[in-house]
Amino acid sequence: MNKKIGYVNLSVGEVEEASIPESLRRLYLGGRGLNTYLLFNHLEPGTDPLSPENVLLIGAGLLSGGPVPAGSRTDIAAKSPLTGIIGDSNMGGFFSAELRFAGFDHLVIKGKSEKPVYIWINDGQIEIRDASRLWGRDTLETMDLVRQELGDEEIKVLCIGPAGENLVKFANVRTGLKNAGGRTGMGCVMGTKKLKAVAVRGTGELEVKYPREALQYYKQLQNQIMGSKTARLFSIEGSLMQYNPTNTTGILRVKNFGLNRMDDLSLTPDTFLKKYSLGSTACFGCGMHCRHKWEIKGGRYKGLRGEGPEYYTLMALGNVVYNRSWDTLLAAQSTVDKYGLDLAEAGNIIGWAMDLYNRGIISKSDTDGLDLDWENSSGVLIPLLEKIAKREGFGDVLADGIRSAVERIGRGSDQYAMEVKGLGMVGTDDRAVPSLALGVATSTRGADHLRSRPATDLFGLPEKFTEKLYGFPVSSDYNAYQTKAQLIHYMELLYEVVDSLGICKYQTIFISPTFPQYEEYSKLIHYLTGLELSVVDLRNIGERCYTLERLFDHREKGIARKDDYLPNRYYSEPTPSGVSKTRGKFLDRAEFDKMLDEYYCLHGWDFDGIPKTETLAELGLDREPSHML
Amino acid sequence: MEKVIFIEPEKCTGCRICEIVCSLNKEGAVDPQRSRIQVVKIDSISLSVPVVCQQCYDAPCVAVCPVGALSRDEAAGIVSHDQDLCIGCKSCVAVCPFGAIGIDTKANKVFKCDLCGDDPVCVKFCETRAIQYVDANTLSLRRKREVVPNLADLLQKHTTQSAV
Repeated sequence: MNKKIGYVNLSVGEVEEASIPESLRRLYLGGRGLNTYLLFNHLEPGTDPLSPENVLLIGAGLLSGGPVPAGSRTDIAAKSPLTGIIGDSNMGGFFSAELRFAGFDHLVIKGKSEKPVYIWINDGQIEIRDASRLWGRDTLETMDLVRQELGDEEIKVLCIGPAGENLVKFANVRTGLKNAGGRTGMGCVMGTKKLKAVAVRGTGELEVKYPREALQYYKQLQNQIMGSKTARLFSIEGSLMQYNPTNTTGILRVKNFGLNRMDDLSLTPDTFLKKYSLGSTACFGCGMHCRHKWEIKGGRYKGLRGEGPEYYTLMALGNVVYNRSWDTLLAAQSTVDKYGLDLAEAGNIIGWAMDLYNRGIISKSDTDGLDLDWENSSGVLIPLLEKIAKREGFGDVLADGIRSAVERIGRGSDQYAMEVKGLGMVGTDDRAVPSLALGVATSTRGADHLRSRPATDLFGLPEKFTEKLYGFPVSSDYNAYQTKAQLIHYMELLYEVVDSLGICKYQTIFISPTFPQYEEYSKLIHYLTGLELSVVDLRNIGERCYTLERLFDHREKGIARKDDYLPNRYYSEPTPSGVSKTRGKFLDRAEFDKMLDEYYCLHGWDFDGIPKTETLAELGLDREPSHML
Repeated sequence: MEKVIFIEPEKCTGCRICEIVCSLNKEGAVDPQRSRIQVVKIDSISLSVPVVCQQCYDAPCVAVCPVGALSRDEAAGIVSHDQDLCIGCKSCVAVCPFGAIGIDTKANKVFKCDLCGDDPVCVKFCETRAIQYVDANTLSLRRKREVVPNLADLLQKHTTQSAV
């Protein structure tokens, strides 16, 4: 399963390639893990993320393209222009499988081109081509034009839209109708390099070490996953299925951080399925097919089509900005998709701006005359998204991210900014759930749930069961602080492995405790690659990669304990609504600190959250940067 | 009992699992290029269609093959391909109305679906049952049963009008 790594220097137009040594696979697997290794090794400490010296990594998971349920995700990394720490985003679709069929596993892209270019990878050949006529085009047009120019409909394209070109710091990277590497502004990094797209096409094969066993095991895992009711529901509703239970419980952010439950139920998944859905589609090798195809059948946006939306879309372009119209939500999703904006960050920053407006901190004189009243969200959401993508007027203030906007606006606006480490907050309100809150606070890429979220903590699973699942008992009370640091540490390591293999989190214990995890991954790796990696080996890999991310954050921005806290409102303002377990809740700072102590200890980091020298030695990180690749 | 591959494109999600498992089974590697079944996608109209040999009764590929490498195997209910006889002229590729015959540039031969010896792997893996392997005799009536409810409204309207 070992393809090559391609090095592309856009400043001088040079291309090189190398093989990936097995020793590095044993330490970092692929995808996110190997990307972190490459970033740590290739980026000069203190590099300005907007400079040509930033390094962009595109990597296939170790198992991408193989017979693995939902196991072909693509990981994109660089130093984040939004946060100044690790930038890393992970997306589904068909790109990484095609990259491997074309003979490559990872790409290391350096330098900056004078004029717009795209990279064309075709069966082992890498070519840098002119993209002048693609510059300015939206993401969907770009993908079509690339395929037309190269004359092959099967080409998979990863690209940026106008937001990336305009260096919006939370511009994303897109592939296909649906998929996006959303968080941390990887599209902005492509924009600084004048890199519009990467196109791939491969007709080669992907070797599988034990084909018979791999085929059988693929079926067994499919049955394990698809035999569950969770998967069946996901096949129908997609991730939207999480909206009603979490909204009703009262753990979603509404009006920035004003409410924790949307009482207006216009945005229910039911309505979407009946009025807009055209059925579902899947990513490469996935039997669960959670992606919807949709069309708006009447009204102002009649005829608009697309794929999505996700649960997260409902939070970011629905609850957070208090938009209650499905039409507006889908049209807004279409807008962020075409311009290439991270919808999570966009929703968060627009929610914040609206919050400021409604509190009288900013007015029409700040917003180019736009009325940001909560009741007018449907009217201003799309214009604001366009302003951000084009960096027009007030949009330009928002386009550099929330910390920069706080500096520019001032007037106490920082109190309402929901972010950690400069990355906009996840769409959930985790004040009642210490486990989820800790995970968002400690995430190496800033406020985010996909580094660790143990969503099943909300199920209240019995301790006897969690002991089997994790190897240690976890309190069944989701309000509890005890045992939750251990849970987050466990999940951080697991997701690191998952992202490095290229597997989708929707088919992990993220959403169902019966789904595959370490033992299954150990077997999959063996059947596909021949590598023998035990459960303990995999956990160590998880720790190595995660600690290396932390080390990178510390090296680049001095990230330490002081940066691992949620916004102040989390510790002082009680939740206004919800069920009895979620109403009137806020985090206890002393208890949170105890969780942090325990969490650092589990990672082998010191009291201040900095990896200890002996930990680095144990993980073999004391030799980094080792420049083996 | 003769069984046939039956495809319902509206159920296809475009996941390409059929390509993964077909090539793994036949070639021992994941190799969509050499999969006997391939999914054609047209994003602009949200369409995915798995395309595979229909095992035609009167197959153009059999008629055009200059060396008799392709023949209709009535017992197995397939159009079979003899690799030893095949000269790799690709005439069959040109005449197949479905594009269901592939070119193996490594072996310099063509290849096609053989229903995995009456047990097609793609069918076993297709989660949405977009690809099925069904009894040829009952397929037609089954389709009628599926189609008739769609006509029910029309028929009822017609009946009512006639009564008036």
